[in-house]
Amino acid sequence: MRRSFLATAAATLLFAAAPASARDLTIVSWGGAYQDAQREVYFRPFSQATGIRFVEDSWDGGIGVLRTRIQSGNNTWDLVQVESEELLLGCEEGLFEKLDYARIGGRDHYLPEAVHDCGVGTILYNFVLAWDRAKFQGTPTWADFWNVERYPGKRGLRRGVKLNLEFALLADGVPPNQVYATLRTEAGVERAFRMLDRLKPHIVWWQSSAQAPQILGSGEVLMTSAPNGRITNANRTERRNFGIQWAGSLYTIDSWVIMKGSPNREQAYRFLAFAANPAVQAKLIPLIPYGGTAKGANDGLPPELLEVSPTNPANLAVSLMIDDQFWLDNLDRLSQRFNAWLAR
Amino acid sequence: MSQAAAIETSRAEALGRRTRRAARGRSVSAALLVAPLLVFVLVSFAAPIGAMLLRGVEDPEVGPVLPRTLAALERWDGTDLPDEATFAALVEDLRAARAAGTLPVAASRLNHDIAGLRTTLVASARRLAAPFEGSAREAVLRADPAWGQVETWGAIVRARGPWTDFFLLAALDLRRDATGRIGPVPEDQAIFRTVFFRTFWIAAMVTAITLAAGYPLAALIALARPSVSAVLLFLVLLPFWTSLLVRTAAWMVLLAREGVVNHALIALGLFGAPKQLLFNRFAVVIAMVHILLPFMVLPLYAVMRQIPPIHLRAAASLGAPPLAAFWRVWLPQTLPGIGAGCLMVFIQALGFYVTPALLGGGADQMLPYFIGFYANQTVNWGLAAALSLLLLVATLGIVGLYGRLVGFSAVRTA
Repeated sequence: MRRSFLATAAATLLFAAAPASARDLTIVSWGGAYQDAQREVYFRPFSQATGIRFVEDSWDGGIGVLRTRIQSGNNTWDLVQVESEELLLGCEEGLFEKLDYARIGGRDHYLPEAVHDCGVGTILYNFVLAWDRAKFQGTPTWADFWNVERYPGKRGLRRGVKLNLEFALLADGVPPNQVYATLRTEAGVERAFRMLDRLKPHIVWWQSSAQAPQILGSGEVLMTSAPNGRITNANRTERRNFGIQWAGSLYTIDSWVIMKGSPNREQAYRFLAFAANPAVQAKLIPLIPYGGTAKGANDGLPPELLEVSPTNPANLAVSLMIDDQFWLDNLDRLSQRFNAWLAR
Repeated sequence: MSQAAAIETSRAEALGRRTRRAARGRSVSAALLVAPLLVFVLVSFAAPIGAMLLRGVEDPEVGPVLPRTLAALERWDGTDLPDEATFAALVEDLRAARAAGTLPVAASRLNHDIAGLRTTLVASARRLAAPFEGSAREAVLRADPAWGQVETWGAIVRARGPWTDFFLLAALDLRRDATGRIGPVPEDQAIFRTVFFRTFWIAAMVTAITLAAGYPLAALIALARPSVSAVLLFLVLLPFWTSLLVRTAAWMVLLAREGVVNHALIALGLFGAPKQLLFNRFAVVIAMVHILLPFMVLPLYAVMRQIPPIHLRAAASLGAPPLAAFWRVWLPQTLPGIGAGCLMVFIQALGFYVTPALLGGGADQMLPYFIGFYANQTVNWGLAAALSLLLLVATLGIVGLYGRLVGFSAVRTA
């Protein structure tokens, strides 16, 4: 969940410059509108409830940043929000504390996908099929997305190999639980690229997340893949009538980690315990449509919020988790192949 | 020599000394005045770029992490699996690297070469951390079957450093196999030659169009009445005060499916339904021409303004028809401006990143896009640096060629 660099820089200036005593609990997230929402929902209420002071920082991701902080011995971060790939790599490299789940509600308190030895999930979000209800009646599937004969019009996809191979296989009828097993075979990769080949002349590639609702709204494409947050946001703030197809969407989880050797471990654990409260997590959804990861975070949500919540059990059941291990191993090779394919 | 003459000589010498001293003083102060700028350029421009380009030929990650393995692989011929001693060395290296926390960077480097090697290294190090009985070779092969592939060992040898041609070869769609022979990469991985060609082709096309469009415009400005030419010049300069990104975004609005251009063309009855004008080569070229046009017009205008109007009148009075007067009198005098304008537009066009990224489709991306892609997305800085290096060399080659054919003194007058 990476925010714009500018927003990050601004947030860093604002909050990193705040006076810190011996060293207050330092919480690091993605900046921008998301961190603003987190401040409302988590940081300030936590501080008020416990009297623990905190400072904020923000970052743009990248395991190298965390590695340098730990190896240089100059780490000033305590709690950091990381993407799933950084969680995997950093845990392997010993950059994070192993979590004591007994102190934060136990493993069963969370959705099973959100539980990791080194980090606990805080938000879950999806890459979905989105369309403009003003131009397309009904709810398209990935198979319809690929069916340009029946539904003529351009299709938007993110310029990159990740996500698209998965969508291609889903469109070709591969059951969700078989997608990565199929991609782990040479024939499966072939099959996904053949599907992309069929659609290629009809694809408009988007690059930054903000472009996805934009090309949909401007009528450039009939349907597009998009991060769910951007679509809900466009509906809320620009009065769009975009639809979200949860079936066959891909999701990932951002987690909180405690940096190795943090002197503020106690405070960090108290924050994680506070943030584990499903009633607290539920307050994020009205601000920004990312799903809370504690069980029950969707209980009592009104229907219009439940509909756009990625962790609504009905939505989650039909989604597929992105396999980070697969992409860690294969991103180099498949990106090269994808770029070559795209250039032809 | 008479005394008077001697005095004269010594005076002259003293004068010469004073002049030289004054000149030296002036050049010292000039050097001091320039020094901050020079230091700034060196520190903020030359040094970082140099360091970045160096990464295209450096390979520092794996050597220090697997020293024993690489020493043992010195004797290896690359045709069959290495010997037991090499496997034992690998086990020692992996244990040491795991303890020191140096494995991840080396593992990522090897993953750029062969997919999955990152996991192979990290997982093998974990599995081999505990002591085992018997042959190292069997233990390593048990830890991960990838060690049974000759290519795995080939990748380690290729990454031994400290210098490498791996990235430069990759940037030319070439690679070495385990025995060190250079050959083409598999066809589904080959991309960069196409991209190089495309980059130069788009830049050439943009240069040709800006010349065709800019030449009459520059002539119009140069030949118009001063009040008119001031207004026209202002209009040419106007886009300079708008950011490149804004101008690119403006083209997105203009060319969108429900944008101004489509609406106008439908209203005129040229199309029945909106056409896709965005995300293709046409959009990229037209926006680049728009952005780069001032760089063509200004040098042309500067040269044309210096051509005395009397030349054309003289040609006419000597009986030259307008076309001949233009062709034989006017055009040759504008050649330095054409050279300077084309050089500036072409070189800038080679480096375009944002405009093709926002307006182009998949097959319209130019080299800078791929440099950005490898630097940011797959964090393969070696390849990004190698691509930059090749682009820089090609650009310098073109500048050099220009210098040989046209000469830089011609540019100076522009």
